[in-house]
Amino acid sequence: MQGPSWDLVADVQLLLQFHFMQNAFVAGTLVALLAGAAGYFVVLRGQSFAAHMLSQVGFPGAAGAVLVHVAPVFGLVAFCVAAALGIGWVGRNVDAGHRAESAAVGSILAFSLGLGLLFFRLYAGSAAGIYGFLFGTILGISDRDVQLTFVVALLGLGALAIFGRRLVFATVDPDVAEARGVNVRLLSIGFLVIVALSVAITVQIVGTLLIFALLVAPGASALQLTARPVRALALSVLLSLGFTWLGVALAYFSDLPVGFFISTVSFVAYVAIRAVKGASAIRRGNFQLRGAWFAAEA
Amino acid sequence: MAVALERASVSLGGQLVWRDASLEVAAGEFVAILGPNGAGKSTLLKALLGVVPLSAGTARVFGRTVRRGNDQVGYLPQRRRFDPDLRIRALDLVRLGLDGDRLGVPLPSRTKEAKVGEMIELVGATAYAGRPIGELSGGEQQRILIAQALVTGARMLMLDEPLESLDLNNQQAISDLIRTICQRHLVTVLLVAHDINPILPFVDRVVYVAGGHVLCGRPEEVIRTETLTRLYGAPVEVLRTSDGRLVVVGQHEPVSYHPVDH
Repeated sequence: MQGPSWDLVADVQLLLQFHFMQNAFVAGTLVALLAGAAGYFVVLRGQSFAAHMLSQVGFPGAAGAVLVHVAPVFGLVAFCVAAALGIGWVGRNVDAGHRAESAAVGSILAFSLGLGLLFFRLYAGSAAGIYGFLFGTILGISDRDVQLTFVVALLGLGALAIFGRRLVFATVDPDVAEARGVNVRLLSIGFLVIVALSVAITVQIVGTLLIFALLVAPGASALQLTARPVRALALSVLLSLGFTWLGVALAYFSDLPVGFFISTVSFVAYVAIRAVKGASAIRRGNFQLRGAWFAAEA
Repeated sequence: MAVALERASVSLGGQLVWRDASLEVAAGEFVAILGPNGAGKSTLLKALLGVVPLSAGTARVFGRTVRRGNDQVGYLPQRRRFDPDLRIRALDLVRLGLDGDRLGVPLPSRTKEAKVGEMIELVGATAYAGRPIGELSGGEQQRILIAQALVTGARMLMLDEPLESLDLNNQQAISDLIRTICQRHLVTVLLVAHDINPILPFVDRVVYVAGGHVLCGRPEEVIRTETLTRLYGAPVEVLRTSDGRLVVVGQHEPVSYHPVDH
């Protein structure tokens, strides 16, 4: 494998010379688009913990699918969607500070990890499969995986395009949204299903343990930079794309794991943005205020 | 009639909240809804919004049966403050009041932006409308929410404790603003309050919710010892302090009209 020549065109050609790398880039791009878009809403709604749970639930889903000789991605989707419906059913009471939701999330999380352990033990398969699942197997993506990722990403992005505005309304102002005729509860459950689908395809790239790198970090960074909804959403998608492309390229040239690079790039970006915002707040002399972190409007 | 409630009852979770309530509010009236905690004041607003169904009777707003999503009605729910970390601009919140219930990708619209700007100016919030809502003070947030409630061209405002958790200056400023909107723009106002005193000078009528009943009348007719004793079904006394404030005192438990601390 050749190292980078620092000539962008030549490097991109080098990157895409193998079919598995083309698949990696196509699937990575599709995943980044959906995860970045869904991530904006996850962060705005304060549902990072629920997103985390959904990613962990994928573990018994995939292990169970392997056990009954079905492609892991189907188990992933089935378990994630079932868990999404589970939290959605318990509901989300903003006045109670999401207490009911986080308790439900915690209970489902523990149960699903226990199931995962059982399935893994029954399967008694190789640790490599589980390892790939926990940390991602972007370089082993088949044409069929790419097709499935395309369909899921299209569905998720389409749903967000149609319901996104209502979702923002229901998130920031649920009582008024309800009075204006928005079905807040149904929307909330529907959104969790979209997150579940995003998780199911994102797992291929970064695995369940590193999913925050694509599902939460871009949205969190974007919301630090701007409070304008459309701009923040676009920025979240761009950051997510950037993290993925950079991570895949770095992994290819260094022969180190993709998950490491994507999560590191996204973490560094998040920390840098917070540091810059903190520094500018201190310069203006109002650093003691909690709100000062966010005072500058991008 | 802006509001016509006829022999209406509401039950929540099998529990009767109030029954046999009849009420008429004329367009342009300023009506205060009073009563002890948990008596069903907010439920009355929600019934008129079509969010809570009636178990008996009828409710009409501007001559038509109540329904959710009525552009003629603006609603400001009872709430605590917005989360300080909520990253969305105040003006986006007003815009959501205008078209947040629509499907599809929001496209830039001059007409809508102009309408949002006009409402923000009306409530005097232009200076801070571009800042994230969570960073604004309680009084500033309340002005934004009033703009949001009015932005669809509402002819009626339903306000659930809009003065709660505001300091005295802001209570005065917000109640003045609501009065101006009511008088100058002929908007009917239904306002749920703990304390009638800040709004007493310009309230046309009072709706009193207590003991499963709803009573309506002019303030001096309703807030009287005999009337309230009958409504509560227990001895209640209305006192007037030396500075003209009204205080309602129960025999055992004081039902005071002071803003409750939360």
